Parts: sequence; structure tokens; C-alpha cells
Amino acid sequence: MIPMNLINTFILPAVAASLLTATTAQAGDIVNVYSARKEALIKPLLDEFSATTGIKVNLITGKADALLKRLQVEGSATPADLFITVDVGRLHRAKEAGVLKPVSLPSLEKRIPKALRDSESYWYGLTLRARPIIYAKNRVNPDELSTYEALADAKWKGRICLRSSQSVYNQSLVAATIDAIGAEATQDWMASMINNLAKAPSGGDTDQLKAVSAGVCDVTIANTYYLARLINSSKEAEQSVASQLAVFWPNQQGQGALGRGAHFNVSGAGFTKYGKHPKQAQILLEYLVSATAQAWYADINNEYPVVAGVEVSEALKGFGVYKMDPIDLETLGENNRQAVQLMDRAGWR
Amino acid sequence: MFKRHGLSVFAVVIAAFLSLPVIVIVSYLLKADGALWQHLFDTVLNDYLVNSLLLLLGVGTGVLLLGVPTAWLTSMCSFPGRRWLSWALLLPLAIPAYIIAYTYTGLLDFAGPVQTWIRDLTGLGYGDYWFFEIRSLGGAIVMMSLVLYPYVYLMARAAFLEQSVNSIEVGCSLGYSRWRAMWSLALPMARPAIIAGLSLALMETLADYGTVQYFGVSTFTTGIFRTFYGYGDMAAAAQLAASLLAFVILLVLLERYSRRRASYHSAAESRARADLIPLTGTKAAMAVIACSAPLIFGFIIPATQLLFWAVFEAEPLGWDFVTLAWNSFSLAFLAAIIAVTLAIILSYAKRTKPIKPVRTVIAMAGFGYALPGTIIAIGVLIPLAWADHSLIALFESLGWDSPGLLLSGSLVALLFAYTVRFLAVALGSVQSGLEKIKPSLDHAGRSMGHNPLTLLRKIHVPLMRSSILTALLIVFVDVLKELPATLILRPFNFNTMAVRAYELASDERLVDAAPASIMIVLVGLIPVLMLHASIARRRPH
Repeated sequence: MIPMNLINTFILPAVAASLLTATTAQAGDIVNVYSARKEALIKPLLDEFSATTGIKVNLITGKADALLKRLQVEGSATPADLFITVDVGRLHRAKEAGVLKPVSLPSLEKRIPKALRDSESYWYGLTLRARPIIYAKNRVNPDELSTYEALADAKWKGRICLRSSQSVYNQSLVAATIDAIGAEATQDWMASMINNLAKAPSGGDTDQLKAVSAGVCDVTIANTYYLARLINSSKEAEQSVASQLAVFWPNQQGQGALGRGAHFNVSGAGFTKYGKHPKQAQILLEYLVSATAQAWYADINNEYPVVAGVEVSEALKGFGVYKMDPIDLETLGENNRQAVQLMDRAGWR
Repeated sequence: MFKRHGLSVFAVVIAAFLSLPVIVIVSYLLKADGALWQHLFDTVLNDYLVNSLLLLLGVGTGVLLLGVPTAWLTSMCSFPGRRWLSWALLLPLAIPAYIIAYTYTGLLDFAGPVQTWIRDLTGLGYGDYWFFEIRSLGGAIVMMSLVLYPYVYLMARAAFLEQSVNSIEVGCSLGYSRWRAMWSLALPMARPAIIAGLSLALMETLADYGTVQYFGVSTFTTGIFRTFYGYGDMAAAAQLAASLLAFVILLVLLERYSRRRASYHSAAESRARADLIPLTGTKAAMAVIACSAPLIFGFIIPATQLLFWAVFEAEPLGWDFVTLAWNSFSLAFLAAIIAVTLAIILSYAKRTKPIKPVRTVIAMAGFGYALPGTIIAIGVLIPLAWADHSLIALFESLGWDSPGLLLSGSLVALLFAYTVRFLAVALGSVQSGLEKIKPSLDHAGRSMGHNPLTLLRKIHVPLMRSSILTALLIVFVDVLKELPATLILRPFNFNTMAVRAYELASDERLVDAAPASIMIVLVGLIPVLMLHASIARRRPH
């Protein structure tokens, strides 16, 4: 069987040691971060930050709602100083849940446009993520495309792929649409668009892009960084997928809702109400909107910077400039629940 | 009083403690939101129910078809390759369901190599030919059956091996053929073990989120998470989870009722084994095919694909993989020891005093297995954070520095969650091992004046050694693969291989997730091999 001396001399002490060290995220020149942004998409920046400032960053990554629940349950004892999400709806939820505190910082307000941060300074946007229509170059004439709403047209029957309504990116697109054209019209739009699907929703954004390139369908709605990643891929198969696809920026022309602009979401961060290292957290947040960090996001993950004048990657440049929906971002958070309800009713799985 | 009931009291306290998270979740039922329930009822609930039931039915059938015949063949018959197949059949256990789903999707999807090859060969295009749609309910059933059948296989095989050979021989001497003896004697006798394995597989199926979510199948579990993440409504999510539990309880009760007063211990002392039934020619070939098919589809194909990705296409793992592997290994190891020790104490308490309070509370402690890890994690977080806050208040009232979140912010929370989540696994195996030991042994020991704990150590534990090893193995591998609870409860800067694989996969970098996935499989192999070695030592066939 398993030798007991192995357990006693080796494994138990090691585990006990990690048990003890794991709890000590309290004192010193440190900042503790709960992040819904994946480790690979933030750790390199945090390491760079530690190297330049000498402030150690402790990190837990996870799903935004689960981390939010953890923040709530931990209450005043929480070790977390900063809460980072990849979707503004969750920032709004955190604000509503009372786990964030408003911190008005001129250094951040100067750099981040007003539309991309909370009006009461509960959270600040860090990057932009655009969600346009992406189509197959050889089967779709861009003249056929116009708005998100026009995907309900019968001419798209059997030509659309969509990710499931579990995706927070789709939820926020619907939340924005509710704001633009009203709940009833949004539900009708979704019902018709779902009716046009080539296959039942499954997989992620990248899977939809691959399906379009393989000929399963002709158009989809996806975040641009997934396409940019395929463009920049070192793998031939992925480059070939990307080479068949192009971005169409919807809702660019016309009056009112028609020309409201393409949908986008922001990733962002807020200070926790009971953080023990507000000073360090502030330095970190300032770092995350510095030119270096903003360029890193644009370069590594092909997200659009929130700070004006930061160079974006070649792939992003290739997608062209677009008009963004000037929606109040808090609305995305407020409408999220209703959006999911409408998606349920419209039969968007 | 305590002396007489000491063990029972102790067991009830432990089990109650372990039921705490489940109780927390069930208590959410008290604050039901009528409007949201009405909405779910009007729109999606029906879908959730139907899909979950079909999934259960499909996976149930799948794991029985894959698990029982292979267990019977490898333990009762002799055919070429039997010895190594008997342990290799466990290998799919090491592959997490969502990872096998990603892997097969990469292979069989429209844009994947298999279909591309077919199109290149035939010149057909999309829609011109039929091909199995992997991202479907059927796909989910196949994927989960392939990685969950080892639960049934393991338990059934342990039961077949521990079955006293006498009953079979008596059957044969009464004129039964070997096969008839299997149907009429060995299978019914192995029933508690097979049912235990089946119910583990089904509970795991109910709790699965990754696979069904990726395949776009709306089940009860995806509904729970849709409610939690989409609606931001933890309370309603917990209520859905509690209803899921009600369903599981119903299943368990049905099973109990169906076997009522039957007892499954063997009266014979003999541990001798009959000779294996020799298979030759076509029969042997069929046995080899039957036993290698689950292995090929459940392990060799996906592992080869992962290995290919890991070696040729993925970004290589950094040196931190040593830390990741160590974290995963030590957590899984510790959790396995804790869960199995508790399972032995609980099952034994139930055996010595099968009174209602003991039975009820132990049954409750096992229900954590049917709940999704995220929900368990929150059920763990709430009471532990409460304890932490009380502790902090106490420290502050004494004028000491706040100790911080000693329980909820450390690995204690994780180990607690693992124990709650996987106790059922350990209980299933240990209980079916105990049931086979006849009570007269206990009576004899007691009449000689030994106390129950001495008996347990000296008699029962050695007798059910392979059941205990099996329990250790399954909990170990389950913890290794566990993701959602680990994700929420882990302390700062603490990652496991499952977390790493998940983060890359959910960032849609499936290929880059391969190295971490293959590491899970490799570390999972360690106990599989150890178990094999240990069983092989005991039965030198």
C-alpha cells in the first residue's frame, strides 16, 4: 500500500506549509486581486508591475459571479483590494451588491473617457471589446449587411451561426439592443434571428468563426479579438480560417437605433469596499491604464485600449475604425437580467 | 451512554458537519422568488428536465453496457491481453469529461480533420452528407459514458473478485452453466456494487457543467448556472440545485426500496477462486474487442490527440508546471485520505448501529456529489466565512490582531469542499465492501470483548482492502479533475492543473490547454497503477 513514512515525512508537512502560507495575504507592500480576467491575460502585466514598483500582487482568478459571491460572503474580512472583470454587467452587479467603494481619482479620470467609467467612480474601464458581425468573404457581399437587427431578415435563413445565450457577450449585446429598440422588438428580432440559424448554438466565439470559414454558415457575431488571434496565429490552419473572414461594423449609418453604432463591452476594475491596501491598489490601477499596459492589451490580446493615442495591433488596424454605440454602460448591467429572460422566451439556447 | 453510543454519536456529528453545505443550499428554498420561477416554468424548465432525464438515461445505459461486461470478462474469463486490459480499462477515469468533449470536438467537428478528410476525399460540401453531430445531447451521452463507465467497471470488478467462489460453484454443481451462473448469481450478488457505481456515474452526470455547456445542451445544471450568472440570482440558482437534489433523493429511495431486505454478504469463508473460464477463438476475439473498445475510445484516441497537440502545437508548459502538478497531487492525495477515512468511520458506525438517525445523516452527507461544484463551494463558503467572522470578532474582543480568513481563505475550505463533494464516492465503495463481510464476524469479535474500533482495524479494514483502495483511487482522481470548487475556493496564487487547463480552454485556446490536460492524465495514472499493483499482488492470476 502507500508507505506511511512517505506521508508523514514528505507530503503532510508540505501540505501543512501551503495551508499556512495560503492565509497570509494580509500585510506588507502588497495588493490582492480577484480577477475574472484569466491568468494568462493579466499575470504578465502584474509581474511587470511588481518588477517596477516592488509591490507584490496576489491573484485569484475565477468566474466573475463566483468571485463576487466570495467578496460578499467574506464581507469586511475580505483580503481583496481590487475586483477585475471582463464585462461591465458584472462590475455593475458588484456595485449593486455593495462590495465596491467609490474612489474618485483624477489620475484615472484624466486618462479614461467618461463613457468608459462609472459615473460615481465605483469602477473604471480598462479595455474595450467590440462585437461586430463577421462574415465569409467569398459568400457574403458586405452590401447585404447593415445592422444587427437586419439578421432577422428571411434572406439569412440557414446562414447564421451564434454562440449560446449563456455567453455574457451575447447577453450584453441583447441588453444594449433592449435599450435601443425596446424589449418587445428585441424579443421578435431574436426569435427571427434564431429561426435563421444554420445549427443549434454551441461552442465559443472561435468555434463560430471556424464554422463560418468551413461553410456551415455565412455570418456570425463575435468579439474581434478572437478573429485577431486567428490572424496572428502561428498555425497555418488558423490563419487559413482567418483569411476567409472579414469584419462588418453594423449600425453605422442612419438615424437613431439604426445608426447607433456597433456593440462593445468593457473589461474593468473597481476598488473593494473593505480592501486593506487602497494605496497599492490605486498604484496598480494607474499602472493598468498606463501607456505600457494599454499597449500590452492591444498587442497581446487584441483588445482596444481605453486610453486615447495608444497604438493598436496591425490586426485591429485592419478591422478599420468604427462608430461605437454610445450607450450608458451601466444600462448593460441594468438590462442583463431582462436580456436573459427575453433570450429564454425567444428560444435562444 | 456515550460508551455504548460513542461511535454513533461521533458519526452523526461528522456527517452533520459534512451535510452543512448541502443544508445551506437547501435552505435557500425558504426565500423563493415566485416571479422568476414562473418565468423559468413558462420558458425553459421543461427543456432542462427533459434533457437532463435523457442524459441520465443515456449515460446510465452507456456506463452499464461498457462497465459490467468488461468487469465480468476481465475478472471471470481468460483471454489474450486480459491482465493488462483489466487495469487499462480504468484509464478513461483520468480524463475529465469536459476535456474529452473538447478533444473529440476538435477531431469530429465540421472543421476538424476527420470531416475535412472526408470532404477532400469525396468532394462533398456541408450538408451533402450525414455525419454524427458531436455537439448534441447524443454527443454528450457518448462523451460522459466513455469517461464515467470506469466507476461501474471498478465497483463491479471489485465485487466479482470478492465474491466467494463457492456460490458460483454451488450454482454450477446444481447444473447451471457458467453463463447462467453469471446471470442468476454473480450479477445479482454484485448488484449493490454495480448500483453504487451507476449512481456515482449518474450523480457525476447531473453535476456536470463543462460538457453540456460546451455542447449547447440545456440541462438542469446549465440552467442553474444560467440563473446564477445570467440572472445574477444566486438564491434561485440554489433553489434549482435543491430541486436537483430532491430528484437524486428520489432515485436513491427507489433503489433502496427495490432491494429492501436483501443482504449481500457471503456466508462462505473461502477466498479461493475458481479457475477462469478459458475463452478461445471467436469468443476470445470478441472479448478482446469488447474490452479494448472502451479503452480505445475513452483513452487512447483522446490521449493521443492531446499528446499530439501538447507536443507539436501548444505553447510549452513553463517550469511552473512542477508547482501545478504538486498542488494537484497533494490536494488530491490529502482529500482522498480524509474522505476515505471519514467514509470508513461513517459506514462502520452505520453497520454497528443501523439506527435511523445515523442512516439518515450519513445519506445526507453523501448528497454533495450530485450538486455542481460551484454550488457546493458556495455552500462551503457561507458557513466557513461565518466561522471566520466569529473568530475575528473573538480575537478583536481579546485585543489581538485579526487572524484573517483562517478557514474560508485557506486550503481548509478546499479540502472541506472536496470531502463534501466526493464523500459519496468513498462511501459507495467502502459500504459495498463492508456489506460483503458477514455480520457473524462482528458478533464473534464483540463476544470476545473487542471494541468496535479494534474490530474495524483488525478485521474489517484488512478484509475490504481492495474496496478501500478503490475508494482512495476514485476520490484522488476526482479531486485531480475537480474544477469549479477549486476555482472559487482556492487561496491567492494557488493553481492546479485543472485550473490551468480550464483557463486556457475557456479562453478558446484548446490546443494550449493540452499540456495541462495531459498532465492531469499522467498524475491520474499514478494511483491507477498503484491500485493495479496492489490488487495484482493479492491475486496472482
